[in-house]
This record gives sequence, C-alpha cells and structure tokens, in this order.
Amino acid sequence: MSIAQESIITKPVKRRFKRTPYLLILPGIGWLFLFFVFPLSTLLATSLQKPAGISPDDGYLPAFKVSNYSSALAEYFPQFFRAFLYAGIATVICLLLAYPIAYYMAFRARKYRNLMLVLIVAPFFASFLLRTNAWKTILSGDGFVVSVLNSINLLPQDRILNTSLAVVAGLTYNFLPFMILPLYTSLEKIDPRLIEAAGDLYSPPSQRFWKVVWPLSLPGVISGTLLTFIPASGDYINAELLGSIKDKMIGNVIQSQFIDLRDYPTASALSFTFMAIILVMIYLYIRKAGTDDLV
Amino acid sequence: MASNRPKVEDLHLVNLTKTFGDFKAVDNLTLTIPAGSFFALLGPSGCGKTTTLRMVAGLEEPTSGQIKLGQEDVTNLPPYKRWVNTVFQSYALFPHLTIYENVAFGLRRQKAKDIDNQVKAMLELVELTTQAQKKPQQLSGGQQQRVAVARALINEPDVLLLDEPLGALDLKLRRQMQLELKRIQTEVGITFVHVTHDQEEAMTMADTIAVMNEGKIEQMGSPIQIYEHPKTAFVANFLGQTNLFEGTVAGIEGVELAVKVKDVVFHVPLTSTEIRSGRIVFGVRPEKVKIVDQGKTGLPKNQINGSIKLTAFVGVSTQYEVITNWGQEISAFEQNIDPSDLGRPGQAVTLAWEPRHTFVLDPDQDLTAGLDTSWDE
Amino acid sequence: MKIIKFIREKTLQVFSVLIIAYLMLPLAVIILLSFNKPKGRQNTSWNEFSLDAWTNICRDQTICSSFATSIKIGLLVTIISTIVGTMISFALVRHRYKGRGATSLLIFLPLATPEVILGASLLALFLNIFIPLGFWTILLAQITFTISFVVVVVNARLAGMDPRLEQAAMDLYATPLQTFRYVTFPIALPGIMAAALLSFSLSFDDFIVTTFNSGRVVTFPIYIWGAAQRGIPPQVNVIASLMFLGSLLLVLVASVISKRRKALHA
Repeated sequence: MSIAQESIITKPVKRRFKRTPYLLILPGIGWLFLFFVFPLSTLLATSLQKPAGISPDDGYLPAFKVSNYSSALAEYFPQFFRAFLYAGIATVICLLLAYPIAYYMAFRARKYRNLMLVLIVAPFFASFLLRTNAWKTILSGDGFVVSVLNSINLLPQDRILNTSLAVVAGLTYNFLPFMILPLYTSLEKIDPRLIEAAGDLYSPPSQRFWKVVWPLSLPGVISGTLLTFIPASGDYINAELLGSIKDKMIGNVIQSQFIDLRDYPTASALSFTFMAIILVMIYLYIRKAGTDDLV
Repeated sequence: MASNRPKVEDLHLVNLTKTFGDFKAVDNLTLTIPAGSFFALLGPSGCGKTTTLRMVAGLEEPTSGQIKLGQEDVTNLPPYKRWVNTVFQSYALFPHLTIYENVAFGLRRQKAKDIDNQVKAMLELVELTTQAQKKPQQLSGGQQQRVAVARALINEPDVLLLDEPLGALDLKLRRQMQLELKRIQTEVGITFVHVTHDQEEAMTMADTIAVMNEGKIEQMGSPIQIYEHPKTAFVANFLGQTNLFEGTVAGIEGVELAVKVKDVVFHVPLTSTEIRSGRIVFGVRPEKVKIVDQGKTGLPKNQINGSIKLTAFVGVSTQYEVITNWGQEISAFEQNIDPSDLGRPGQAVTLAWEPRHTFVLDPDQDLTAGLDTSWDE
Repeated sequence: MKIIKFIREKTLQVFSVLIIAYLMLPLAVIILLSFNKPKGRQNTSWNEFSLDAWTNICRDQTICSSFATSIKIGLLVTIISTIVGTMISFALVRHRYKGRGATSLLIFLPLATPEVILGASLLALFLNIFIPLGFWTILLAQITFTISFVVVVVNARLAGMDPRLEQAAMDLYATPLQTFRYVTFPIALPGIMAAALLSFSLSFDDFIVTTFNSGRVVTFPIYIWGAAQRGIPPQVNVIASLMFLGSLLLVLVASVISKRRKALHA
C-alpha cells in the first residue's frame, strides 16, 4: 500500500509516454535506412556520375550528368515497353486463371482447401530457376507439347522456346501463386450469406458475382495484381532462359549494364527511371481502386 | 479462501473525466462505492459506464480525476498493480490455455503458493471440475462465463468488475447466473461493480444502483429508492415505465399540493417537492394505477376518465393504454388475478391512484429522456 | 436449371484441378529427370533410368557446398529478419504512435521495388564504401528485403488477435513483459513461424539480389544459373526434389499432429 497522499481534487493524470513502439521499430527501421534508403540515394548519385576515362575500368566520377537519364531512356525504351507489356499480359492471364481457383477454394472446397493451398505453395521449395528451366524441357522442339501444337498448326514459328510466347508463359507460371494467394485470402473473408442474401433478393448468378463477390474481392485483386505485375516487369530470368535476343526486358538490360558492362551510371539511371514508373503506376492504381493499409 | 491482505476498502471516484477528442465519455464523475456491496452502473449504450469500469481496472487512462481504493490513490497504477479484477463482456479467455491454466493465470503471475488446491476449489465452486483440461473453445457460453468469473475471483481482489457479463446468455441461464453471482458476492464479501444496460438485471442483483446517462450520474440509490422516487425524467423513463403529467399549481390543501392539469385536479404530497407555484411535472408508475369501469366509487384520490385504446395480456399482468379526454395516453398495469374480466378497446374507464405514489420532476428538462428512441435516429 | 448449375460447378472443379496440375507440371519434370542418366551434359530430355544421381549427390563438390552455403545463409537471414520483423509488426499493430504511417510506408517500399533495383542499389553501396562482396554482403542484402515479408505475415496474425486478451492478462497481474511471454507470443507464434518459413524459402531461393552482391561466393541458385548454360547435373534435380518432398512431408506431419491434438481434447 502506498503512502496516503495530500489529494488535490482535480489532478491531471500523468500521461505515460510510451517508448516501447520506438524501441521496437528501431532495429528494423535502422536497418532499412542503412541498407535500403541509403543505398537508393547512393544509386541516385551514381546515376548522375560521368565516366573518368574511356573504359569501364577507369571508374566514374561524381557529377551531375542528367543526360544519363535521357540517353538511357532513348536507347532502351523498347526494353522498358516490352517489360511492361509482357508483365501486363502475364498479369491479366494470371488473374483470369487465378480467380476461378481462388473462388473454388474459398467457397466450394471445404475439405480440400488446405491441401490445395499446400500444393500451390509447395513449388516454392524447389528452386524457381529449376522450375523455369524445366519449362525448357516441356516446351522443347521435340517435346510433347510442341509436337501436338504444331500438328494443328497453332504455332507461327514452329516452336515455343526462344519466343516471346515462352517468356510470357514463364512469367505467368512463376507468378501465378502470387495472384492466387491474395485473391483466396480476400474471397475467404467474404460471408457466404451475403451471396445468399443477393440470391434471396432475386439476383441472377452473374449479377450476384459482379455486384457482390467481385467488389468485395477487390482488395485481393489489387494486392494480387501488384504482387504479380511489379516483380514480373523487373524479371530477367524468364527472358534469359526462355526467350531470344529480341525478347530482352529492362531487367536484362539493367543486369547486363551492372554486371557485364559495368556501366554503373547508365544502369543506375535505368533503375531509377524504372522505379519511378512503377511507383507512379502503383499510386494511380491504388488511387483509382482504393486501399486501406499498405501492409 | 483465507486472505492475508488488509480489509476491503471503499472505492472512490473523484471528478473522474475521460474525453476522446471532442467527445466526453465520462463527465466529472464523483461517487463512492461502499466496501463489500453489490453495485450496479446502469445506463444505455454509450453512456460511459464501460469506460468508467475500464478506468477503474486501469485499462483506460482518465483524462483527469482520481480513483482511490480506501486511502490509496491508484489512478496512475497500471492494471497489474491494482487489486482489481475484471470479468470481460466477451470473457477474453486465453484460447491457447486450458481451463485450469486460465483460472490459475493470476495466481501464477503473483507467484502464489499452493496454486493447485486453490484452482481445484474454485473450479468446484463454479462446477467446472470435469472441464479443467479442456480449452475455452470447447465450452458452451454459460460455461465460459463461469470460467471468466472463476479466473477473476480466485485472486480475491478488493473489487470485482463485471462488464455486462451475462449479455450473451439466453434468458433462463441469465436469470440463473444473476442469482449465482449474487450468492457468490454475499458469501465472499468482495465489492462487485456490475455494468449493465438491463435494468431488471441491475435491480435483481444490486444493493446500490447508479443510473448513468451521457457521462454523468443521473441518480444513485437502492433499487427501491430510485424506482419509487426517480429524480429525473431519464431515470423515470429508463427504469420501468412512467406516466408523466404537466400542470400548474392550484393551491395547497393540507399536506398536499393541488395541481391542475387541463380541467382535472390532482394531488401531490407536499413532501415530494419544493415547488409551491407555477409549472410542475409529476409522474406515476402504471402498476400503481387502478383501472375500473367508469362510475365506480371508493377510488383513490387522483382520478381521470378515459377510454381504453389498447389491451395487452402479458401473462403476469394486463397492460392497458387509456386515452384521456384531452388526448394524453396513460398506461395502467393490472395484476392478473382474473383474466376473464379484461377490459376491451373503446370501453369507458376511470384511472385512479394514491397521491403518495406520485413523484415530482424538474419541469425544465427533456421529458422524453430515457425513452427508447432507437427508431428515431 | 439444375443441369446448368451442375455443369457450372463441375467446370469450376475441373478447372481448379487443371491449375494445380499446371503448377505441378515442372516439378514432375524435375523429379522425373532426377532419375535420368543424361546423354550429354544437358539433362533436358529423357535418356535412361538411373539412380546414379540419388546415390552420388555430392560427386560434384560445388553442388553440395553451394547447397550448404545457401542453408547457412538461409538460417541466419531467417533468425535475424524474423526477430526484427516481428518487433516492427508488434509496434505497428499494438501501439499507436507518431510515425506509424511512415513506418508502414517504409516497410512497403522494398516490396514494391523490383529485385534488380534492390540488388543494384546494394551493390552500389558496397562498391562505394569498399566492402568486399561475399557471404556477408549476401546476408545483408537478403535480410533487407525479407524483413518486409515478415512484417506482412505477422501483421496478419496479430491483427486478427483480440486485444482484450492482453488486457485480461494485465488485469490478472501480468506485467507487459509477462503478458507478451505468456499470452501474446504463444498466440502469435503460428504467424511468426509462417513468417520464418517464408523468410527461409525467400532467402534460399533468391537469385537476383544475391547475384548482384555475391562476389565469388556461390549459393545454390547461383550454381544452377551458372550450370544452366552448360547443363544442369541431375544431382541438382535430386536436391530440389528432396526439398520439395521434404516440405510436403513437414506440412503433412504438422497437420497430423494438430489433428491428433484436437482429437485428444474433444
């Protein structure tokens, strides 16, 4: 028991200042500042550097060469465009493929839903490089798939590998789970009685879907499309393994600029341009579609 | 359950206020809850009763004011340092622990001795010994509720706070639990503070009731006191039902005040009010109003004539709505002695009641306060 | 009407099964080819059945050492990012503080940043401050992007948890630390475990960010990439098959355990 106090009738209560949240986020945010924010600013600086000599080995000097951006964009515009095009197509296909299965898992498959979830996620445990490479086998010229498609003359180039079709197919395959999972999560939260209520109010099945299920699943659709489109547009593995020289995406360019050509300023300029475009797209997309919390 | 802590003290709330932005949930509340009593905080949703409870528990910080247990100022103490325990509305049982561990939780944190015996005894008290190893999700609502009470009681707190704990139970079970809780409280002698919006519940269980509205206390007293002698329209309307009349003082007649309403004169005891002239508002509860065929004699002093508008047979009583000749609706409840004699709509009747059953209210207030207005929003 | 409904339902069912089959197809190829004895260096078409790869997994030392490297890095990354990420998640969900929105944004950004840029920016950093590329730079790089994933997963679990449970704990004399230890942590644990698992698989399988910052160190994916042109030995398929089947087994065991536990207490 504490000592009896001289009590003044109206005493404002001491507000306990909470240090806890700040202590909790300190390591993580500190880390992200050091290894995410700071490097990005270094990258920005690098993007404005000018060459010190003729060859890449001579290194680069700090400068303010804004023309790095314009020349990079001019030269590599096709790859930018291609990246967004391929990623866009892949995203749309993913949405069309993912929605039915997510719907099935959320509303119909009581018993099997956990098994299906496991089967969807399990492939992540076998290296994605290997899986993409496996498509090389599946889609090879003398393989089953291509032979069948060729016999009905469906392939314009008599092959799938080393075409843009293969790249898009690869992107679709690799990012499909990223579309299914958020969609499923979103659909699963919908109270099935809402759909019943719509039916009770004389709504035909198609209307029930578009007016009730689709709008309520939008958060999942948004997450899914973002989680698919963004990594897909920056990918270079699929293009490298499954495409031809004509199918290079911006990811390939950035990678080769950094690793092979060591043209850091150009590579950095490309990176930032790419990131800026992505962020603008996200912003507009979210503005139009609307979301609550980002994470 | 022997306790080696000093005797239970009174709970004092002094000028307690809680604001959320612009909204004053609790407005300068001052009240003393006597040690060992069963105290009810009664009021509609949003009146601030739960917020008050949470401040006593330490789960909400007051914007200003004090909370004292006896002499000890606990206002700034965190909940784990107060000898106060809460039974939550949703029970808040730990889903990852067994019933046994749920009940033992508080004792374990206090590093008490002989936990096993105490837990077993408490489980026996609430008749859940066979469920000890189950998880909360496997129990019924009623059983979960008993676990919540056991979990709190076992710590022998100075004050036990109950936040509408019976809300989720069906009627019969609720009635049973009301009596159970009352019995436990009488046996154990701990101060119970029970928050509810159900006035029947409050009146059944509590020694003292404080009626709250919009962050303030409207009236406090024993169930009989506040029921028979409501001081505000809110209390009159919220607790049971009331017939209210507006009139003007016509004069004094012995120990009674004569009041004129339209062209009828009513009598009100002088002791029930200080008003001696001008406007006055008085009320009478329907169960005090006798309803008979017009023309009868030997009736109580306050009388009105009217015709029956509605008859509702409720089982224990028949509830009548009568329209007076000036269009006011009066309710009268008749005890069900002989239901074959029910009045019929249109029938001419006289309503009569004793002056001593009348109570007087401040005329300058909202006379509709406390009525159920949920459809008007 | 009933027929149409039946057709609709069946189509949905068949479609879903096909999608699952589609997702599994490359895995089937991988497992199949692990039993293959390739004609040349390229293990892309079936030649003849052989258990050779299974019995001599580490014939090419680089395969196994790169695998070990990936495991080592994976474990370290998982431990650090799970702890750090969980802490942030707690701050975001359970506390209201100034800068909460900013924290949320900062966590979100790495998720929105394409891997090439993440990898490249860290490379630029390491080059500019003369840190030698290798094991530690890979570690630093991977932790940077796994933290955000951990936060997202733990957030989901924490947000669904009734805050009154913690209030009840404090009401029952548990200090904030004890509340965390006896109530919050045990209940959040499944989410934390899921986040740890996710971290590990993201780290183990990561190629792009790792490649930018690996210097001469070879992780399992880097080995595969290098081998992709020359020909990927079937031993790699063996390892991948083992990991895939191993993870399926883990999930199976976990679900059996939880079913049995539920039955015991019924």
